[in-house]
Amino acid sequence: MVIPRVIPCVLIKNGDACKTVKFREPTYVGDPVNIVRIFSEKEVDELAILDISASREGRPPDLRQLERLAGECFMPASYGGGITTREQARTILRSGFEKVIINTASVLTHSLIHELASEFGSQSVVCAVDVGRDIFGKERATILSGTRATRDTPEKRAEAGVAQGAGEVLLTSIGRDGCLCGYDLELIARVASAVNVPVIANGGARGVEDFAAAASAGASACAGGAMFVFHGRHRAVLITAPSRNDLVATLQGHRQANIVMPIEHAAANS
Amino acid sequence: MIAVVDYGMGNIASLVNMFRRLTVPTVVAATPKAMVGASGLVIPGVGAFDAGIREVHTRGFADAIKGAVYDDRIPVLGICLGMQLLLEGSEEGVSSGLGIVPGVARRFPAQDRTAGRLRVPHVGWAELTPVAGGSERSDLAAALLPREGDARRFYFVHSYYADCANAEHVLATAEHGVSFAAAIGTKNVIGTQFHPEKSLGAGMALLARFAGVCLERESSRGLSW
Repeated sequence: MVIPRVIPCVLIKNGDACKTVKFREPTYVGDPVNIVRIFSEKEVDELAILDISASREGRPPDLRQLERLAGECFMPASYGGGITTREQARTILRSGFEKVIINTASVLTHSLIHELASEFGSQSVVCAVDVGRDIFGKERATILSGTRATRDTPEKRAEAGVAQGAGEVLLTSIGRDGCLCGYDLELIARVASAVNVPVIANGGARGVEDFAAAASAGASACAGGAMFVFHGRHRAVLITAPSRNDLVATLQGHRQANIVMPIEHAAANS
Repeated sequence: MIAVVDYGMGNIASLVNMFRRLTVPTVVAATPKAMVGASGLVIPGVGAFDAGIREVHTRGFADAIKGAVYDDRIPVLGICLGMQLLLEGSEEGVSSGLGIVPGVARRFPAQDRTAGRLRVPHVGWAELTPVAGGSERSDLAAALLPREGDARRFYFVHSYYADCANAEHVLATAEHGVSFAAAIGTKNVIGTQFHPEKSLGAGMALLARFAGVCLERESSRGLSW
C-alpha cells in the first residue's frame, strides 16, 4: 500500500516566509532557512518552496537564498516562482533542488516546459496549475500568483503541461488556500483522470484524513501550507508535521495512491 | 578521498553536503585528472540517458570510470542516471552506455500488474526488498544494503529502471506497480536507482557505509571483489 507523499509548502515573499489566504493577505511567518531546517529535522517526505510574488513583480528567483535553503534539505525539494530561463533552472537544480515548478512563464512562453524537460528530464519539471475563477465565475487556470485568468480549464492546462514534458502537476485550489476547509476533491479527480503523471493536491489541507481523501480522488501526493505553520499565542509561530506513524496509522487500509483502478474494478468493489 | 564525478548532470550539491555532514573527505571531479588517487567513486545523475552518456564521453570520463572499475578496482557507486549509464543502453535513447553491468534501462509500463493505470515518473519513497543472497555477492553489496532493523525507505524519481541481463546482478527490488531493480551491482560496482543523498537518515547511513568500505579497502587492500 502506497501512502501519498506529504509535501509542506514554504511560501516566500520578498525573502520572508509567509502564509496566505486565497493567495492574498500574506502574514509573516519567519526566516525561510529556519523553517526549512525544522521541516528537515522532522523528516518530511518532500518540501516545496514557492516564491509567491516573483512572477507578478517580474523578478527572477533569488538564487543565493535558494542555495542556502537547498543546503538545509536532505530530503527532496522543489522550487517555483519566477523561473523564466533554462539557466535559472540549471542553477537551481545544481544547487540541490530535485525539481523546478513552472506556471506563468510556460503560459507566456509556450516552449519553456518543453525546453526544461528536454534538458533536465521530465522528472525535474513540475507544471503548476493554480485554479481560480475568471470574471464570469468560470473555473480557470491562472497565472501571476492568481491575478490573471487564462482561458484554459484546469484539466486543459495540466494536459498541455504534461504534453510538453512535465513529469508532475502541482494542482492548487486558490479558493481553498489557507482556509483549512479540505481539498477540492472533485477538481483533483478531474485533473488526475486527465493525465498519466503524478498529481500533487494543494489548497485546503487540514490533516491526514484530507490526505486519504485526496489519494482516493487520484492524487499521488498531498501538499499543504497553513496546516503545518500556524500562529500560537503572542505571535509565536509553530511548525508541525505529522509523523510517518501518524500517517500510516490513519491511512492503513486505504488503496494505493499511484494506481487508478479501472472503472469496472471500482464498480465491482464498491 | 571520495571523488564525485561531475559531468554536468545531477545533484552534486546534495551529495557533497551529505558527505560533509559525515566528515568524509570528498572532491568534486570536473575532469578525469581530479579523480586520480580517489579511494572511491560516486557517479550521480539526473536527466536523459543520451545527454548523460554524451557528457561523460565529452569530458573524458568514460575511460576514467572504466579504469577505476577494472584497473584501480576501487568501489564505484552509480546513482539514478549514474547507475543507468553503467548499463549497455536505455530505451530512453539510442546511445550505448558504459557496458559495465549487462542489461538495459526500460521505461515503466503504462499499466501495473492489475491492469490499472500506472503513473510515470515514479516519484516518492519506496521500501527496499533485498534479494535473497544478494548481500553475499560482494563485500560492497553486503556493506551497503540495509540490514535487519535498518531503515529501508528511500526516495525515487525516475521513469526508467534497470533490466539486468544477469539476475545475479539485482541486489534489491522495490515496487511501483511492478517490481523493479532498486539496487544492482557486481564486484566493486554498485548502483542505486534511488537517491541516497535525498533519503534522509537511510541515505546518509548508506553513504556512510560506502565511505567506510572505501576507507577499509584503501588501508587493508584485503577485500574480495
